[in-house]
Amino acid sequence: MSAPSTASARRRGPLVHLGVDLTDAGAHPAAWRASGSRPERVFDAARLTELVARAQSGLLDFVALDDAFTLQPRSGGVRGRLDAALVAARLAPRSAGIGLVATVDTTHTEPFHVSKAIATIDHVSQGRAGWQVAWSTSDAAAAAFGRKPPQSEADAIEEADEAAHVIARLWDSWEDDAEIRDVATGRFVDREKLHYVDHEGIRFAVKGPSITPRPPQGRPPVVVPVTGDDALRLAASRADVARVQAATAEEAGELRDRLRSAAQDAERDPDELRVLVDANVVLGADEPTARARFELLQDLDDARWDGSLAHVGTAHTLTSTVEEWVRAGAADGFVLRPASLATDLDAVVAHTVPALQRLGLFRTAYPGTTLRDTLGLARPANVFATSA
Amino acid sequence: MTRTKPIHLGVHFPGVNNTTVWSDPGSGSQIEFSSFEHLARRAEAAKLDFFFLAEGLRLREHKGRIHDLDVVGRPDTLPVLAALAAVTDRIGLAGTINTTFNEPWELARQFATLDVLSGGRAAWNLVTSSDAFTGANFRRGGYLQYDDRYARAGEVVEVARALWDSWDDDAVLGDPSSAAFLRPGAVRRVDHHGRFVDAVGEFTTPRGPQGHPVLFQAGDSSDGREFAARAADVVFSAHATYDDGRAFYDDVKGRLAAYGRDRDSLKILPAVTVTLGATAAEAEERARHIRRQQVSGPTAIAFLEQVWGRDLEAYDPDGPLPDVEPDVDGASITRGRVRHVRDPLAVARAWREQAAANRWSIRDLVIAVTTRGGFVGTPEAVAADIERHVHEDAADGFILVPHLTPGGLDDVFDQVVPLLQERGSFRREYAGTTLRDHLGLARPAVARPVDAGVAELVG
Ligand SMILES: Cc1cc2nc3c(=O)[nH]c(=O)nc-3n(C[C@H](O)[C@H](O)[C@H](O)COP(=O)(O)O)c2cc1C
Repeated sequence: MSAPSTASARRRGPLVHLGVDLTDAGAHPAAWRASGSRPERVFDAARLTELVARAQSGLLDFVALDDAFTLQPRSGGVRGRLDAALVAARLAPRSAGIGLVATVDTTHTEPFHVSKAIATIDHVSQGRAGWQVAWSTSDAAAAAFGRKPPQSEADAIEEADEAAHVIARLWDSWEDDAEIRDVATGRFVDREKLHYVDHEGIRFAVKGPSITPRPPQGRPPVVVPVTGDDALRLAASRADVARVQAATAEEAGELRDRLRSAAQDAERDPDELRVLVDANVVLGADEPTARARFELLQDLDDARWDGSLAHVGTAHTLTSTVEEWVRAGAADGFVLRPASLATDLDAVVAHTVPALQRLGLFRTAYPGTTLRDTLGLARPANVFATSA
Repeated sequence: MTRTKPIHLGVHFPGVNNTTVWSDPGSGSQIEFSSFEHLARRAEAAKLDFFFLAEGLRLREHKGRIHDLDVVGRPDTLPVLAALAAVTDRIGLAGTINTTFNEPWELARQFATLDVLSGGRAAWNLVTSSDAFTGANFRRGGYLQYDDRYARAGEVVEVARALWDSWDDDAVLGDPSSAAFLRPGAVRRVDHHGRFVDAVGEFTTPRGPQGHPVLFQAGDSSDGREFAARAADVVFSAHATYDDGRAFYDDVKGRLAAYGRDRDSLKILPAVTVTLGATAAEAEERARHIRRQQVSGPTAIAFLEQVWGRDLEAYDPDGPLPDVEPDVDGASITRGRVRHVRDPLAVARAWREQAAANRWSIRDLVIAVTTRGGFVGTPEAVAADIERHVHEDAADGFILVPHLTPGGLDDVFDQVVPLLQERGSFRREYAGTTLRDHLGLARPAVARPVDAGVAELVG
């Protein structure tokens, strides 16, 4: 278990945070058809392990694993998904330093199950788990479970908020030193340090405590995708990392300001919230090569790029964009979405990362062992703890 | 050549109960991954069939408070198994998952994922505990009647199988020259409307290398045995002694014909402890020492309180049995574990007589009445015992339960397994790659719904 980060170790100048999204074969739907991709290996654990090793060699903050209960629509992209939490666990023993952020739903998955799954990824990775909060509004997801009708976005996010609250309490339901192994009295735990969460909400009730001891990070970082105003409020009150979509630095800066002031309204220190912009990237040795790669992908499948930043260019112009946005206070960093994981992640690691390091904007070693250390976030105190 | 019946061996990670001795200086973490990795890798080096994790979804309570005398707490079953898939290559990965407090859509994708990520090594031990005590941690609460627990379990399995079968084995076409990632028609919509579950739609996850993960069942009631005969590949049983084992084996295997199944298609694997020594006497002495570690004074009192239904803390565990009578009207004071005492007054009377006749203290008595079979002896004697139980149909093999984490079975791997291998009754190498291969179980073909012709084809 790692010691809580000290404030001085946490913030040293404007350091960029970079995550990478490992969804499918890449962010572009035609990535699985691009040269260098091996479509038969999309669901192969060895492929994912190699990608994490690559990201780790670039000292990236984390890999993000997408998930949903529904099959992707019949278009040109990858169809099929593995359970993200189990993929993250599968990746843990074969990696070090890098964070493993798994998407887990709150609309249909029991909060009790979410809490122990993420806590366990944190245990098996010795403090590198993160949880990306997801909610389902689709008819298809509701029909897969058959338990309740489809929910509106606002309602599903309210439920995600309640779930995130309960899940954090379940993580805290064991104090760090609850296990005592006191041979003299025959007691394995000090039950005064185990706590019922006794949540009686509108949507569910959870008694607690968790069956799983408190994770090494105390509470693994919570990542919230900011899809609108409701999600922005959720991120401001519950997230350690907010993922925003913005095409320009102005847009990003505005979102970051709103998130920080909403965090303040929620009585949080805004410096404890990292705002990362989703960035789709297609890289090439020079501009024409990058453009040609992009056009090739578009010829296979004319993708929409989600309205967030799309960078088609060299690793060096990507470096300039990252530098500009971060220095302008528009973002704390980015979640890179390589158009093709087989190609663009290599370019980020080989060129963008060293260039950012030369600028003094990116770490040259992992600062600690946990994802919180990497993100510069303090280990939270336990809400139930009576003594410091 | 004589027919040799193969022996199957699994290992059980030390559980949240008093079999596990946490007070021993050699006892390691119940939570850190290194403990799980140690046991799984040692078991794999010994060529065992599988590694097994139990589950409980609420911390046990005794007298209204969290029971603190045994190991408390464990990580989540499936993420631990997924992580073990990264550090092992062949050994099966079996996880206990409750069918009452989970939904089949989610479970089916978790087990398909584990099977894909492990190269075909996943197994699901279906348990049906349905009490309101555990339900307090879940939205669904404790709504399920005892009689309905296997009805729901049956439906959960039926839906899970339909979901696994909704993807053809070769559904991923992955032909870059085509715009379709999946072969047209290879993924079929599932449309289930049942008494407990509605599940409709296109499933998300590819069919695993085993088709279906291996299904274990651990219930002991008549309903549980019938469910095993109908739906399971393996029974995890508590009937480890020779006579008890033969009766159980006969009973459960006898139920298979009614479902058109042959006797080899269901493996019966009792849980068992193994205590070794250089001589029989040394092994007996070690076993006595371990039993005393397992039943501390406070544990003995707590055990008696479960039968007496009242607080007995004032009694000395090293003294005689309580003279007060059990409180027959008192509600069960222990929750979160299965232990039914039908007639506490009669049990108390019998125990008092037993204790008086043997000059036993409370602790001595509890040790005596809670000692389950288990193999105790020299490595040669234990190997011979295991063979005899299997060859004479008291079991198809065993699930070995250590008392120490994580190294409690190292001596069995080092001293007993090699003997079984020398005698040709246990594999020296894995013959296949999947758990179904190890257990000699057929790989289920894709069962298409009868009305597949009219089902909407997607893909
Ligand atoms: C050997 C054995 C191991 C079991 N392990 C578990 C377990 O890990 N978790 C659990 O919830 N129930 C466990 N059970 C309980 C049963 O699976 C089942 O849910 C319970 O016994 C009620 O079913 P029954 O009435 O058919 O016995 C176990 C039972 C046996 C016999």
